[in-house]
Parts: sequence; structure tokens; C-alpha cells
Amino acid sequence: MKITIASGKGGTGKSTVAANLAYTLARSREVVLVDCDVEEPNLHLFFPAPAVDVPVTTPVPEIDPASCTLCGECGKFCRFGALSVLKDRVLVFPELCHSCGGCVLVCPQGAVREIPRTVGRVACSRPLPALTLISGVLNEGEVQAPTVIKAAKMLAEGHPLTLYDASPGIACPVIETLEGSDVCVLVTESTPFGLHDLRLAAEVAERVGIGAGVVINRSDGQDEATLGFYRERGLPILMTIPFSREIAAVQNRGGLICRDLPGWEEQFADLFSEIVKIAGVSL
Amino acid sequence: MIVGITARAAGTDAPVEQRFGRAPYFVFVDTETGKSESVENPLVDAAGGVGPRAAQLLAEHGASVLITGQVGGNAARALEAGGVKAYAYRGSGSVADALAEYTAGTLQPLSLS
Repeated sequence: MKITIASGKGGTGKSTVAANLAYTLARSREVVLVDCDVEEPNLHLFFPAPAVDVPVTTPVPEIDPASCTLCGECGKFCRFGALSVLKDRVLVFPELCHSCGGCVLVCPQGAVREIPRTVGRVACSRPLPALTLISGVLNEGEVQAPTVIKAAKMLAEGHPLTLYDASPGIACPVIETLEGSDVCVLVTESTPFGLHDLRLAAEVAERVGIGAGVVINRSDGQDEATLGFYRERGLPILMTIPFSREIAAVQNRGGLICRDLPGWEEQFADLFSEIVKIAGVSL
Repeated sequence: MIVGITARAAGTDAPVEQRFGRAPYFVFVDTETGKSESVENPLVDAAGGVGPRAAQLLAEHGASVLITGQVGGNAARALEAGGVKAYAYRGSGSVADALAEYTAGTLQPLSLS
């Protein structure tokens, strides 16, 4: 089973839920936790361990000046401006390239070939006896988050139970993370901001065709507006984490509430049972 | 020599546009004949990478000088490689005004690095 933890709004507690759920599950079975928030991965802060790095590359064009006739077809084709055909040479802007491969196809001379360009890496570690952590890391200044997410997810393929921690937002990186998931856990907070972005995230999960449920984090007990939305959308509430100094203190020092506070391992085990119900898969 | 000037509309009376890649028009003036040609910029609403493509458009029209407000890093690389010299016009005048200043030698070259 593949579970995506998403939110829309940033800072609602996606990584907290993902880390605690992974720790709880790893007490009784093999779990792979994939950090798909590749622009600012931070799950390794909960699980410090030595990691092995695998580079992530994307193909970009290289022009063979000997066979290029400067006909301009590649430059005309590229809608991202990655190739400028000038009077005496072709300029390549690798960071503008989206790796579609079109320039290779349209070149009548076969003068374009693709070479790999590193845009990030995937760090793999084994912080607990039954937990594998796979973190996607996008290099600074790069924009191809989905490429790194795809690589991180690929390294986690074949495992029976995988958790994907998504990035905030609802754009390409989140959709790439959701692809192939069985269920989506939306972590929110009962604020106008949390609810606004949750609406968007719930819509994305629906469009991608993945069943979703909600975890309310930092609840002050006044969740009426949010609860109304869940009823309206038929979204089940899987868990409520209260707004508490004790929980914040554990979280703020990089701790795990399921390990450091009594009763929370059971709560996260219950969360998993609820998730399984939505996913409708048998384990 | 052909000079390309970024403009908000067609014609030499149009105001100069400060942006390069997303300028609505490029006005090309042949300094020998005085003739001008206005080209609508197809890249105005493009997603990205407009700088190098605008530089290519300039090269296709035979321009060796560009007058605009500002260019980005990728555009600068393409302009430099294409042998196009860029000059800064930060005033609010027309294409003709900018060209007059260029001819008078009062425009500063845009630093492309």
C-alpha cells in the first residue's frame, strides 16, 4: 500500500504525521518512508542515520558542431528557449530544458544527442531496523522537482508499505507524489488558511482519483468551520492532534510524539487502521 | 546597420519598452536607409525561456544593436554569443527618441555579465 501525506498549506504537520506514522508502523513491519518534499526535505532530522547518495540526472541536449548546419529547427521547436541557434553556433541553456527530447527528433542531421545533467540526489538510509528512509534532494537553483520525486519513488518501488511525504502546495510536485498512491492523508489546521488550502488539496486528490481523509493538527477544540467542510465533501476525519505545549516541545526538539509521549503510538496505529479503511486494500 | 528597439506598440513613435524578452514589439530600424519594420513579439505570454528566444529573433532580423531597458542573464549570454551589442535606454520617450540618443552616442552599453 502507498500512502501520500499532503496538506496544501505549509507547516500543518505533514512531516510530523509521516514520521510518527512511519515510526509506529516500523515497530511491527517493514516500512519505507519517502521524503518527496525535495526542495526542503527534513524527515532525516527525525531519523538521523548515515545515508548513501544516488545522483538524479535529467537528459539535456548536446550539439555536435561538426554535423550541425545551423538550420534552426531545434531552436524553433523548443518552447522553453533552451536552444538558441545563432549565425555561427547553437547555444544550449541546460537549466531551461524540460528534457522532452524534441530537439533530437526534429534535427534533420542527427546532430543533437542527449547527455545527463545532475539536478539533485536521493539519499537512502536505514535509521531503524525496519525503516528505510529515502529522501529526494533537489539541488539549489533547480526547478525540476518532479524528476527527483520520481527517482525517490522509484527507489522505493517493490516495498509492500510506503509512505510519501509530499511538499506543500498543489502543483506538479504534489501531483507527481500522488501518482500511484492508494490513499491520501490531508493534514490541516483549523484556521481560515488551513481550510482554504485544504479545499484545494482535497480537490487535487479527487481529480487524481485518490481517496482521502483528514488529520486535524494543533486543534484548539474549535474546529466547526473545518468540520462543516468535511461533512460537505464526505471526507472522514482520521485523527485529531490537540494544540498542546507538551506535543510542541517534543516536536521542536526533533522528537517523535509516538515514541516520547504515552498513548500516541496507539493513536498512530489507529490512524493506520483508518487509512486502510479508506484505501480499501487488504494487507 | 540594423538596430532593434523594444517597444510597447508598432512604429517608431511607440514608447520604448523596458523589458527585453517580453516586450510587446520589436522595432527594427536600418540606420542606412532609415526604414523601419515592427515585429510583434510572439513570446509575450510564453511560459519561460523568453530571453534566449528573443535574442534569436533579433539575430534572425539581422540586428547587431539592441536598445532596451534591461536584459536577464540567459538573454545576455545569447546576445553576446550572437554578436548583438545592447544599450540601455531608461527614458520614457519613443523608439525614435531612443534611436536619436543612440546615434548621438549618449546611451550606455548594458553590462551583460
